Amino acid sequence: MAVCIAVIAKENYPLYIRSVPMQNELKFHYTVHTSLDVVEEKISAAGKAMADQRELYLGLLYPTEDYKVYGYVTNSKVKFVIVVDSSNTSLRDNEIRSMFRKLHNSFTDVMCNPFYNPGDPVQSKAFDSMVSGMMVQAS
Amino acid sequence: MADEALFQFLHSELIQYIYKSGGSGETENGKRITKLETMGFRVGQGLIERFTKETPRFKDELDIMKFICKDFWTCLFKKQIDNLRTNHQGIYVLQDNSFRLLSQLSAGKQYLEHAPKYLAFTCGLVRGGLSDLGVKSVVTAEVAGMPACKFQVMIQKA
Repeated sequence: MAVCIAVIAKENYPLYIRSVPMQNELKFHYTVHTSLDVVEEKISAAGKAMADQRELYLGLLYPTEDYKVYGYVTNSKVKFVIVVDSSNTSLRDNEIRSMFRKLHNSFTDVMCNPFYNPGDPVQSKAFDSMVSGMMVQAS
Repeated sequence: MADEALFQFLHSELIQYIYKSGGSGETENGKRITKLETMGFRVGQGLIERFTKETPRFKDELDIMKFICKDFWTCLFKKQIDNLRTNHQGIYVLQDNSFRLLSQLSAGKQYLEHAPKYLAFTCGLVRGGLSDLGVKSVVTAEVAGMPACKFQVMIQKA
């Protein structure tokens, strides 16, 4: 399960970021921030190579000693980043994929909410509880 | 199908509602068109997010326009755009020979002056959809004879 989940707007500012445990918050912000360069790289590379690499799911962005960072970009260029613990080896690619799909579905619902202003931070309770379900339960 | 009728009724009621308020005159009229267009913009943003959930990433601008003409139009109006033309310099003309929101108005030139208000919302939809996909544009519509209409999309280069 994830230790940090972030949603980043088209213009690369955070719309939503949530991490566990709380004391390391800044570190996760930093990890997510650095991952944006890799996302950018992957998107522009896909433009050149074409055809095969046009999936929304970007796969593993980069592994660090403690964490693995996965990325996903919607067609509207909103980025989703999920950070998982490296020690958690049982997590499959398919599970990450389905986590992103759930995240995307939920984000779409937020976007279609007439009371939400596109570009504002996400404050939806439904979105929040969905994310909570995907996070590591703090012990 | 029932849902088609609902959208048409809601759309014409929306226009009725907006046109009931305020006075008349050129500037008032312009304000109402803008209001309809802005509403369409927001709806377009939401819709495109939903429609592009399963589609692979777009290659370029033309790819996006094709998506608007085919999938987007089919979802909204149950038909595709009949003709898409471009000068490859950022201007696209989308022609629909029997536009759904105009098909209930009598064909010909009798109500031609009322046509713009029935197109403003759709202009907004297209503009909102495009802007969400990262394409800034200006969308205008023109009608020559009733059920047919043309949408001109001018891409704003950053």
